Amino acid sequence: MAFLTLERVSKDFGTVMAVQDVSLTIEKGEFVSLLGPSGCGKTTTLQMIAGLVEPSGGRISLDGRDITREKPNRRGLGVVFQSYALFPHMTVAENVAFGLEMRRVPRTERTERVREALALVQLTPFAERYPRQLSGGQRQRVAIARALVIAPPVLLLDEPLSNLDAKLREEMQFELRRIQRKVGTTTIMVTHDQAEALSISDRVVVMESGRMTQVDAPYRLYEQPSNAFISSFVGKTNLLAGTWRRNGAAGAVEVNGIALEAPASEMAAGAPVTLSIRPEKILLCQAGAGRLDGRIASRFFLGSQWLFTIETEAGTMTVSTPNQGGDPPAEGAPVGLDWSPASVRVIADRAAGA
Amino acid sequence: MHRNGPIALIFHTLVVAFVLAPLVIICLVAFTPENTLSLPTTGLSLRWFKAVFAHPDFVTSFWNSIWLATLSATLAVAFAVPAGLAISRYVFPGRDFLNALFLSPLIIPHLVLGVAFLRLFALIGVTGSFTWLVATHIIVVTPYVLRLVLAALSGLDRSAEQAARTLGASEWTTFRRITAPMILPGITGGWLLAFINSFDELTMSIFVTSPATVTLPVRMYMYATESIDPMMAAVSALMIALTAVAMLVLDRTFGLDRILVGQR
Amino acid sequence: MIPRSTFTPAPWLLAGPGALFFIGLVLLPLALTVILSFHAYDYSTGIQDTFTLSHYVAVVTDEYYLSVFWRTLRISALTTLICAAIGVPEAYILSRMRDPWRSVFLLVIIGPLLVSVVVRTFGWSMLLGSQGIVNQALTLFGLSTVKILYTETAIVIALVHVMLPFMVIPVWTALQKLDPMVEAAAWTLGASRFTALRRIVVPQVSLGMLSGSLIVFGLSASAFAVPALLGGRRLKMAATLVYDEYLQELNWPLGATIAIIVLLANLCIMLAYNRLVEARARRALG
Repeated sequence: MAFLTLERVSKDFGTVMAVQDVSLTIEKGEFVSLLGPSGCGKTTTLQMIAGLVEPSGGRISLDGRDITREKPNRRGLGVVFQSYALFPHMTVAENVAFGLEMRRVPRTERTERVREALALVQLTPFAERYPRQLSGGQRQRVAIARALVIAPPVLLLDEPLSNLDAKLREEMQFELRRIQRKVGTTTIMVTHDQAEALSISDRVVVMESGRMTQVDAPYRLYEQPSNAFISSFVGKTNLLAGTWRRNGAAGAVEVNGIALEAPASEMAAGAPVTLSIRPEKILLCQAGAGRLDGRIASRFFLGSQWLFTIETEAGTMTVSTPNQGGDPPAEGAPVGLDWSPASVRVIADRAAGA
Repeated sequence: MHRNGPIALIFHTLVVAFVLAPLVIICLVAFTPENTLSLPTTGLSLRWFKAVFAHPDFVTSFWNSIWLATLSATLAVAFAVPAGLAISRYVFPGRDFLNALFLSPLIIPHLVLGVAFLRLFALIGVTGSFTWLVATHIIVVTPYVLRLVLAALSGLDRSAEQAARTLGASEWTTFRRITAPMILPGITGGWLLAFINSFDELTMSIFVTSPATVTLPVRMYMYATESIDPMMAAVSALMIALTAVAMLVLDRTFGLDRILVGQR
Repeated sequence: MIPRSTFTPAPWLLAGPGALFFIGLVLLPLALTVILSFHAYDYSTGIQDTFTLSHYVAVVTDEYYLSVFWRTLRISALTTLICAAIGVPEAYILSRMRDPWRSVFLLVIIGPLLVSVVVRTFGWSMLLGSQGIVNQALTLFGLSTVKILYTETAIVIALVHVMLPFMVIPVWTALQKLDPMVEAAAWTLGASRFTALRRIVVPQVSLGMLSGSLIVFGLSASAFAVPALLGGRRLKMAATLVYDEYLQELNWPLGATIAIIVLLANLCIMLAYNRLVEARARRALG
């Protein structure tokens, strides 16, 4: 049952078409991320849902109600801004209570709901502090409490974690998810960090140059990206340019004269394609024992895993292996690469228009 | 950063001495027990301060100036805040013209303003009116307020206002509860700066004041052209003291260097 | 967010009252004064209804007025030069101080702006008078007294005192924008302190110096209190001349003429400054 619907929403700023033809249906209670590089239109889309930017075209409906032209103070949505946008001259409690004040909630009920909201984000002892006395992570939690206390139908988050340092970001990702699961609010989050989007969303909407390119659950997005952009933006991958060759029921991609087995595809023989295989899907073995031979150009130790760049005849490949404790192959050593054919993705080149 | 060498420090000391000399002299002479301008070498006396408070003209002029400065500063804020909002938040035809118009009293010499006001008042028959005097002071001090209001508005985090809107606040409520408190330091600093500038103003006021509305600086000027005695020094010392207090308050609320240096 | 450009009445409602007030009390009086300067004047009957150019002609041909203008120009130029000579190095020295001294002395230098010009000028008259402190000190040392008060020297000294902050502030602001590491970089590359100053600091500061000079010149040329109190009856400058015409001679049209000329001179200075700023900006940014 669609709760929030965007139908062909677009925004033209005159000099640039920021958002084109975005259509999306979001179910009640879902956590959806809008993912993409800066300039892809994700923040503009969020601002249109919030009512801070007026769409040039299309419709936005909430629970059956058309809210496309409604003013932001009438929509009743909860918004968490990238800079948190706390009111510097009000205490934490006053900040959180503001939305309730606007709704003329009586004082006793207000105090109770503010208390609950602060408990939800674990900030109860900070109620009388001012924003300038709080750390970044604490301010962010105040912003979340302030948006949730009004029990909005939808919660909108604009790059909520981008101003936090790496360690805190990880913690807050789980916090966000916990809070959202507990309260059950439909949530839309904008982010450029694909790890963030993948880890906490029910579905991810990948955007590029103002358009939606794929909408899927994180797992499917990662394993089955629909084009080269998504493939390389969502997670690391090896991309090899080659030509599709039919081989009986299955097929192969010919890269630099080497035929690499690949899953069957509806492609015309001879079509230019890109072969995509994730670094963690490749296994290192003895030279000659795998599908491809190569020489280790450099290796990096990342604690939980080793990262290798390997020169092969098909091109330079990145391989990651878990740290098993032993000593891995040294730089310069010859090595073989192997993988399961199911791990390979064949993507038609856009230029060819396949 | 490289420290200043001895030559630099000597130069600096001389400059500071030059800057402070007239003010120091005034404060010293104000306490002289003698009848003529002299340093209080024989002892300190408050007789000239008492003379000031006993001089009805000076006391009246002082209150004129206080009242005038308060009114002009307050009304200047009333004009400058909405104008500042319009100029910084909206794009509309005539915006640059309005900006230049409101700031024009800064580049028009006060001499010219005084003369121009006098002509207007003579034509409409209101010379010597206190109300119209207030109007002239409003014109002269509004640019100071506007500059600070514009600076405060441009430094504002707009997302706080957007947050208030999404939480249900109307445009007026957002301004009242969020924007205004956030730019309050700028407004207060502007008010104080406007007050001081109105209180000090001489060149323009000399053309538009009448015997009934004489301000303190004009009174002092008139007195100084007739006789020079330590009472002038006492009045001046009082004005310096008043300025010092104002400077302290300005510094506490906004940061004096930000206001004065940010000006130009 | 981009300022809204679709039509709303809001800006007009916000700025409207102030705009009307300013148009009525700035543009209108100025226009009236310009018109006034063309009115004929008769010493016995006052301002006439006829129009004439005689005032403008008188002002640019009469010896007396020309000498006043020349004095005004001379004094303003001298004041500007001395202010630059004192103010620029002082701003540099201030910028090199450590806190808290830096803030303290900045306030000391700039604070006097908040003290009325009458007070400051009066202080100088006490210092420079024939019975003034300077002369008292000279007699103490057995030297003969000097007449400083009511000379051009006194006017210049007091004007420099009043205008100094207006020179220091723009130069100080320009210096603040300078990254102190840039100078250090020049030193590490082998430049002497003086060369680094000359080649790196001065060009950056020159715009501030120019701005300060123009402000000081403009304000000095239209200054009233200083020449009025320290120039005596004989040494007139443009502003005191206007005062005489208006309040003593009652020849308002002539006074208006001089005032308009002062205004035009100031506007020319502003225009010249804007042109220079644009030209420099274009050269610097390409």
